[in-house]
Order: sequence, then C-alpha cells, then structure tokens
Amino acid sequence: MIQKNNTMKKIFIPIILFASLINSCSKDIIERNLEFPALQPASTDINAGIWKPILLTGPTEFPVSAPIAVTTPDYIAQINEIKTWQADLTKDEKAIVKYWSAGAVLRWNEILRELVAKHNLPPYQNPDGTYPIPNANNPLAYPQFPFANPPYASRAYAYVAAAQYDALVAAWHYKKLYNRPAPYVTDATVNALIPKSDLPSYPSEDATVAGVVGEMMKLLFPGDQDFVQQKVEEHKKARLISGANVRSDLEAGEALGKLVAQKFITRARGDRAGAAVGNQTIWTQMEQDAINRGEVPWISQESPKRPGMLVLFGRVKTWLFDSLTMVTTIRPVPPPSTSSQKFKDELEEVYHFSTSLTPEQRQIAHFWADGLSTPTPPGHWNAIAAEDFVRQNFSEVRWSRNMALLNMSLMDAAVACWDAKYFYFNPRPSQMDPRIKTVTGLPNFPSYTSGHSTFSGAAATILGHIIPSRATDYTNMAKEASLSRMYGAIHYRSDCEKGLECGNKIGEYAKTRARTDGAE
Amino acid sequence: MKKLFATLCFVLGISSACLSQTEIDGIMMEKNGLCIGPMFGYSSWKNYWEGTLKRENLNLGTVSTQMYNVMGNYGITGKLNVLFGLPYVKTKASAGQLNGQEGVQDLSLWIKWKAFSKKIASGRLSYILIGGYSLPVSDYTADFLPMSIGLESKNLSLRGMLDYQRGSWFGTISGTYVRRSNIELDRDAYYTTEMHYTNEVKMPDVASFNIRAGYRDKGLIAEAVFDHWNTLGGFDITRNNMPFPSNEMDLSRIGFNFKYDMPFHPQLSLTGNVMTTIAGRNVGQATGFNAGIFYVIDFTKKKKTDSDDSKK
Repeated sequence: MIQKNNTMKKIFIPIILFASLINSCSKDIIERNLEFPALQPASTDINAGIWKPILLTGPTEFPVSAPIAVTTPDYIAQINEIKTWQADLTKDEKAIVKYWSAGAVLRWNEILRELVAKHNLPPYQNPDGTYPIPNANNPLAYPQFPFANPPYASRAYAYVAAAQYDALVAAWHYKKLYNRPAPYVTDATVNALIPKSDLPSYPSEDATVAGVVGEMMKLLFPGDQDFVQQKVEEHKKARLISGANVRSDLEAGEALGKLVAQKFITRARGDRAGAAVGNQTIWTQMEQDAINRGEVPWISQESPKRPGMLVLFGRVKTWLFDSLTMVTTIRPVPPPSTSSQKFKDELEEVYHFSTSLTPEQRQIAHFWADGLSTPTPPGHWNAIAAEDFVRQNFSEVRWSRNMALLNMSLMDAAVACWDAKYFYFNPRPSQMDPRIKTVTGLPNFPSYTSGHSTFSGAAATILGHIIPSRATDYTNMAKEASLSRMYGAIHYRSDCEKGLECGNKIGEYAKTRARTDGAE
Repeated sequence: MKKLFATLCFVLGISSACLSQTEIDGIMMEKNGLCIGPMFGYSSWKNYWEGTLKRENLNLGTVSTQMYNVMGNYGITGKLNVLFGLPYVKTKASAGQLNGQEGVQDLSLWIKWKAFSKKIASGRLSYILIGGYSLPVSDYTADFLPMSIGLESKNLSLRGMLDYQRGSWFGTISGTYVRRSNIELDRDAYYTTEMHYTNEVKMPDVASFNIRAGYRDKGLIAEAVFDHWNTLGGFDITRNNMPFPSNEMDLSRIGFNFKYDMPFHPQLSLTGNVMTTIAGRNVGQATGFNAGIFYVIDFTKKKKTDSDDSKK
C-alpha cells in the first residue's frame, strides 16, 4: 500500500506542481462591453419631451404625479436611505454601480441580445419527423419559447426599442415639468458615484427603461422572467446606491415604463406575428404557387424536412411604412428564373466560392455568420451601433431614439425580406447543385433575398444618418455582410444585391422619420 | 526501440493535438537514433453526446476524420528523447450541407526524460517525465465544429509516467495536465452560457490519464490501452446546438496497439492501433484506426552499443 502511494505520488506530484505553477498565469479576458465608461451625455436633451413618440398619442398619455417636495420628511428619509447604503458599500455593489453607469439603454440592449442568443436554437424534431412549435404559454417545456430566430429577434429588438423610446419621451416631459434635482444636488453630502448631471431626476430615466424593457421582455421571453426581474432590481439598486436617484424617482419611472409597455404589448398581440408559423395548407400552397409560375420551388434541405421559418412573417405589421407600400414599393423585383442562363451563371459562381475560398473570405463568412446561438444579424447590428453610440455621449433619450430608428428599420427589413422569400419561394444554391457545400449553416427558408443583406442595408443607411462620419464604414460593412453569404455558399449574387437595395430603401424611410421626429 | 503514438483522439471529429500525438509509452529511443515515419489515421462517429445526452444528427450523418501524420523520435541520449508530430487533417460529414475542412493542423513537440530506472522484484521500474508543446501551423478555424480540424489552442503539457516491465510483460500508467491557451475566433462576440463581447475564448485545461499493458519484447509490442480525457471546466452543448471549442469535452476510450519490427530488416517497423470511445460528453462516439511505417536511422558513427536503458 505504501509502495502504491509512493508510486501514485511520483506520477502525480510533478503534474500537480506543473498545473499549479502554470495556473498562476492568468487566462482572464477583458470583454469590451465591461470597459465602457460611465455615460456622460454631451447634452441633457432637456426638451426631448416634445419629440414625436411612436405609439403614444403624446407624452402625457400616461400621467406621472407630481413628486413630493425635497423639504418633506419623506424625501429626507429617502435621502437618508442613500446615505445608509453609501456608508458601507460592498465590492459587488460598487461593481453594479459601475456596470449600470455605462447607460440604461445600452445595458438593456445587451441583455436583450443575450436572451436572443440563448434562445436562437431550432427545435429538435419529434419522433415522427415533424417539428414541435414553441408555446408561449408553456415557455419552459421543450422546445422552449421562443425560438429567437432572425425575424423573431428583429421584432423583439424593435418592440423593446420603440417602447423604450416612447417611455423616455414621456419621462423627459415630466422631468422638465417637475424639475426635481438629483439627490446629490438637493443634499451635498450624498455622494455621486456616477457622473453628475443637470438633468432632473424625477422620474428616473433608468427606472423608466428598466420598467418598460422588463415588461416587454416578459412578453418576449416569458421563460426568463426571474432573470429579467433580477436585472430590474439590480439596475434600480445601482441607481439608488450611486446617489443618482431617490426611491420615489425610481418608483415613478418604473411605473411609467410599465404603463407604456402595455400599449406596445397590445400592439404586439395584434401584429400578426403570432400566426407567422403558418400551417401545412399554406406551406403546400406556397410551393405550388412557385411550380405554377414555372419555377423550381424551395425545398427544405434539413433532415427531416423542416417547414420554412415563419412563412407568414412577411405579413407582420411594419413600423415605417404600411403593408401596401411594402408590396408596391419595397418588394424586390423577381429573382432570375431558375431556368434562365443568369440563374445558372449565378449558381456556378456560388459553386466556385464553395470550392475556393481565400482565408480572408472564409473569415468574412464566419464573422458575419450570426447563426445558431448568436444574437442574429439584427443583434449584430445592434452591437455595432451600441459600441459606436458609446463614444457619442448621447443622452439616454437620444440613445433610445437612435436604437428605435435602427430597430424599426431592422424589423421592417425582416418583414420585407420574409415577404420576398415566401412570395418568390426561390431555391437555395445547394438545392440546385448538390456539389455545393456550405461554410456556414444553411438557413431553412427560401433564398431570395438575403436576410443579411436586407438587414445590413437598412442598418447601414440609418446608422450613416445618425453618425455621418461613419457612413462609409457602415456601407462597407453592409457590403461585406452581404458578400459573406455568397462566400458561405448559401446565397446567389442577386439575393445579396437586391437584398441590400431593399434594405437601403427601408433605411431611407427611417431617415425620413429621423428628420421629422424633433430630435434633429 | 520505441513505439510511437496512440494516435486517436476524436473530439467531435477533430483530432486534438495533446492527446493524439503525445508520446505516451514507456519506451525510449536509443542515443543518436531517429525513428521517423508516416501514419495514416481514420476515425468516424455517427452518435455523439450533446452534454450527456447521446444522439445522432441526421444533418451530419457520419462525421469522419482522416489524418496523415509525420512523426519522429530522436534519442539525444538513451534517457532523453525529443519527439515531434505534424498531421494533415481532413473532415467530412456524410449528410447535410456543411463543407468538410482540411489542412495542416498542429505541430507537436515533446521532450521525454527517463528520470530513473531500477530493478524491482525481477522486473524493471522506470519513471519518465514528458513535457510537450503544440501549436497550430495553419490558420484553420476552431469555430466550425464539428467540421473544424482542430481547436486552435496552444498547449503546454506535462506527463508523468511509471512503467514496469517483467520478462516480456509490462504495464504503464501515466497522468497528464494540459494547459491550453485562449483562442481567437473570427467573430467578435459569442454566447456560451452567457454573452461574451470579445473574440477571445478561454479554453479550460485538461487532465488525462492513460493505462496500457501487454506484451513487449524484441520485435513485437502488443498492448491494450485505456485512455481518459477530462476537460476541467467548459460547458455543455445546449439542446440541438452546435458544439463550441470551450465545451466540456470528456471521453474514455479503449484500444489495442501493436508494433512489429520486420525480421528481415529490423530498422523497419509497422505500427497500428484500433480505438473506440466507450463514454463521453460533448464529443463524438468515435471509432477508428491508425497505421504507420517507421524507420530507424542510426546517426552514431560506429555501430550502436547496447545500452541498459534503451530497450530495443
């Protein structure tokens, strides 16, 4: 036994020494989003209460009662609450103050991207080869609700961003109206652990965002309510202990946010997204329509064959134009006929890419893949926007306005693209030429037009308007994102080019709104 | 002489550098001898473990890996050897649309030191330490599992090994710790169990152990092998997701190796092995074989002298 123990020691002692020695060199990674500085807006945008809301009839549609005076015992008690916290802050509490100080709109956008990535997984098939459909009323049973695919995600980003914007316009109206200063102004012994601001603190813009986004997320990600609620509480606590808000600032903001959310939830329940999955009759009809037009119809190349993703998403209610405009003005021209020479040439081009990618082209295909378990292409553009907005020192209300413009564009791009996809029902390159293998996952829906291209065209156009100095960069990024789908061997050139054009057109509608919403 | 590698590791179809090309047996190359040769390996799996759930994937079918490897072992002295391995790897899925990948994978280097050797109970006990390093030598991407040809990390490893031989029979036990470097993806954000805004992925380290026993004498080695690989951290593949480089990849395999020196030309030897996966987590249930031909070149000016420490 002693012999055996010695033996084991001889083997393992050097290994254990090696392991512990080498573990002293850290593998820790500094993630970009945790390096963002505290938000210090260049302007408070104090007049943002008159900016044009999206759904609200006006900033006073939901009332916020006047705050108690700063001389009342109740208010002084609220100030003392902050002081008590500040007397003894833990390391974790300081960390949440720092985290949330980067900005409410920013952080909630990140949380949303995370939820999308978590849920961006297609359901596994049933034993009989059919596929289960996630059920919003039973979100934790497999398949969990939602399957946050690109159209679903675009809609989630848009509703959250739009609701958040309307809520903040209302909050800004009341801020100016009631003009109650921040706690560190009313009492100089309250520390400001965040940059000081002249912006009135009632109702709290942070709590407004937490209230409205928290409610929207509970609709969109009902299985994650605990996670969302924990973030809401953490956010409010961060603002309280940082000296940014007293409790009544937070309560008024959160209540306002929740009320505004209800208006958007009502819209969401009636926007036809709930029926977007379609049914067998519709799926068969779409295929037959393509055959009747003399075209080869798209066929799922998954095994077992999976119904196309959200076949009726093209009929979901848009934000920036009406459904008639979409059909008459936005819908792209038909793709090259599957029997045409142009089609054959484009198919050959895709085959060429599938066999001879340069390392750089392969990297581009992977950089923009945005497939399973990612925040999707709309989420990628949200990340691009957010990282640029961080450097712009926007106020929270301007952040939300810009995010709303971006995300209404992205959702409308999804609607328009899905309309084209199922209207034309065009087959994928690998369906038409079995030699074609892909370097990115093959999406389970028709080819024309490219979703990436449509999203990217729309995003680049509106972002170029928001940050003109980056307009050329955005255009180039959109082109690269578009081309990445040809490199991936999943799209023809026409899909990409027409997708970009369509997206650009949608971005123009957002620009038109941006010029007239009162913020410029 | 020596026998080279138990050259099979299937981490969802990729052959992972550390496990597959580490000098893992208790035999040393004699002074100034170079044993070098090509090996071919093939492995495939149809089922894999998604976390702990064993499943198939009709959109992958059978995923196979071919490996063309050049390996060598040089004796600086009979107690100190250096080894290398450089594989070319090719992957393929029999179903679905994903393109197979191919390319030169990782260069592995080892230093193998016989720290002591003494007679115990009419047998000989040896203690050997093996330090290894491997790094990718082409710009393949790890972020395309299960078609990727490797995991991209640079690996520093240390193996401690005890070998006991009595007559023609032997047993070897060894344990390894593998320090894996972070890797960089082609994208700048990714989700594991949470979102990460960086292109860098923290790769958990690995511990493994290996037991082998069998017949070893002049001209012939035949041994049974058990091998276990345990990733110290990482996360499970979520339901119906694709694998990710920093998954918790664990596997246990059993196999059989042989090496046979040609009687008419003892510098020339044939090696081969078969291995199969008996348990795993976030890896393919791979089965495969390797076959190689090795040649010993003696760089000693005069004819070689038998050394006590160098088994031939």
